[in-house]
Amino acid sequence: MSISAGEVRHVAELARMALSDHEVEELSAQLSRILDHMETLRELPTDDVEPTAHVLPIRNVWRQDTVGESLPPDAALANAPERRGNYFLVPKIVER
Amino acid sequence: MSLCDLTAHELHKLFSSGEASATEIAEAHLERIEAIEQEVRAYVTVTRDRLLEAAAAADKARQSGEVIGPLTGIPMAIKDNIVTQGVKTTCASRILENFIPPYNATVVDRLYNAGGCLVGKANMDEFAMGSSCEHSHFGPTHNPWDTGRVPGGSSGGSAAAVAAGEAVFALGSDTGGSIRQPASFCGVVGMKPTYGRVSRYGLVAFASSLDQIGPFTRDITDCALVLNAICGHDPRDTTSASEPVPDFTESLVPDICGMRLGVPREYFEEGLSKGVREAVNSAIELLAEMGATVEECSLPHTRYALSTYYLIAPAEASSNLARYDGVRYGYRASGARDFVDMYKKTRYEGFGPEVRRRIMLGTYALSAGYYDAYYLKALKVRTLICKDFDNAFDKFDALVTPTAPTVAFSLGEKAADPLSMYLSDICTIPVNLAGLPALSVTCGFNEGMPVGLQLIGPHFAEGTLLRLGYALEQSTDFHRRRPPLTKTQEWDRNMEEAPDNAV
Repeated sequence: MSISAGEVRHVAELARMALSDHEVEELSAQLSRILDHMETLRELPTDDVEPTAHVLPIRNVWRQDTVGESLPPDAALANAPERRGNYFLVPKIVER
Repeated sequence: MSLCDLTAHELHKLFSSGEASATEIAEAHLERIEAIEQEVRAYVTVTRDRLLEAAAAADKARQSGEVIGPLTGIPMAIKDNIVTQGVKTTCASRILENFIPPYNATVVDRLYNAGGCLVGKANMDEFAMGSSCEHSHFGPTHNPWDTGRVPGGSSGGSAAAVAAGEAVFALGSDTGGSIRQPASFCGVVGMKPTYGRVSRYGLVAFASSLDQIGPFTRDITDCALVLNAICGHDPRDTTSASEPVPDFTESLVPDICGMRLGVPREYFEEGLSKGVREAVNSAIELLAEMGATVEECSLPHTRYALSTYYLIAPAEASSNLARYDGVRYGYRASGARDFVDMYKKTRYEGFGPEVRRRIMLGTYALSAGYYDAYYLKALKVRTLICKDFDNAFDKFDALVTPTAPTVAFSLGEKAADPLSMYLSDICTIPVNLAGLPALSVTCGFNEGMPVGLQLIGPHFAEGTLLRLGYALEQSTDFHRRRPPLTKTQEWDRNMEEAPDNAV
């Protein structure tokens, strides 16, 4: 299994990750080698096997729909890279 | 020996009888940190003032006749991916370098309530991704037994702090072996409890279906005491189990007569070093001499576990780590053209190479066209791996294996080759895939380095593992050994102060 530089760039786009040209080359080689190792899974027949996403038999854990305690705005915003009032400030998203 | 070479239960005796104050215990640890931390580098943050305040509060509680718990006044380290209100929690990443959490993880609240005194936040591989503690933004932690070697990972700082006497116990997190493998490399006790046994609320998520918090201690008794404090259902973690929690100290009986132990042959194949094999085999003989029945068995899908793990864990991580986007907290890159550019630059500059590699691998495994071939396939193989264990536990009370195929390796030895680094988790990974509890205890030394024995149990059988570990401790002295680094001249004066019953 080899992953081309183009595929690496596509995946980086999906992951919202900038990469240098050198890293694209390096990741293409490293990911190819790692995925080669994973090819061994293909030899196992699994058509009749159910997937396991979670090991404990827990499903749909509910709680009462009541108002609880939440963080005060200043605590919630204390780590914000930029804030204005009680908002997180980010670069402009929608052009007018 | 100084106050920082004792166990929590030994210190508790001294503290509750008034022979040592919590302040003296805390100061001894701060002195030890002063003396050797430069060589070990177990901590990202040392919370000196907080420790002394907590110790003073413990002393006051004792003097005013309040009930003293077994962990009151005991110095502890917390891995830096478990959030602590008002204390920086970095995940050893640039992206969270200045993050100060506005709340405590449930385990932190529980340990504070039990009287535990925070010494500091322990170093780790960035976002718990690694097996050597070398992938920390703040530089590697060194193994106290030989500072040219790694302490293991990802909870390397927690393991090293306990081994070096810089904390009496520590919490770590284990996604594929990140408690057990460093415990093995540093010669301390490490337990990964059953998935769901300990609340993950406030544990920075890496792979949510695999992550579990657990303790590092100097012996099995301390392990039981810390488990007593941290286990139990938490409404804030919907995956936490409502299974009743026993008093784990009741498992501390030196009798394992009639216990059925399985030795899965797949864990003793290629890659296992001779020294580790010998130490593990002699521990197995010892368990048999003490009355356990030992039989070889097979977990036939073991060879697929590594690949399965390295698809599932990065896939979950790529989703969990999507939250680091420079908007609400953490690092934000400057000079972005627009908001997408801000995400990309922030994540490029904020994450280290191993984290980026795993996000890429996970994103690839989940992407259109590859989901069925990789991610779904891995979930199906996970089912087969779980079934192997189910079958084994029909017949056995616990399984016995090495914790890691080798003793601690040298710093830099595997840094350039991600795949060879991944292989150092080969004995621990299957346990996380099946959500089982497992314990690592020191069962010998090779090349002067500790060797870990792994005991694996069925879901919620932590007590069985403690009982086996306790029995082993009664007939060996490995848990009493301390790294040479801690035995410097400076500590001789403390020997005179140490009471006779202190080991």
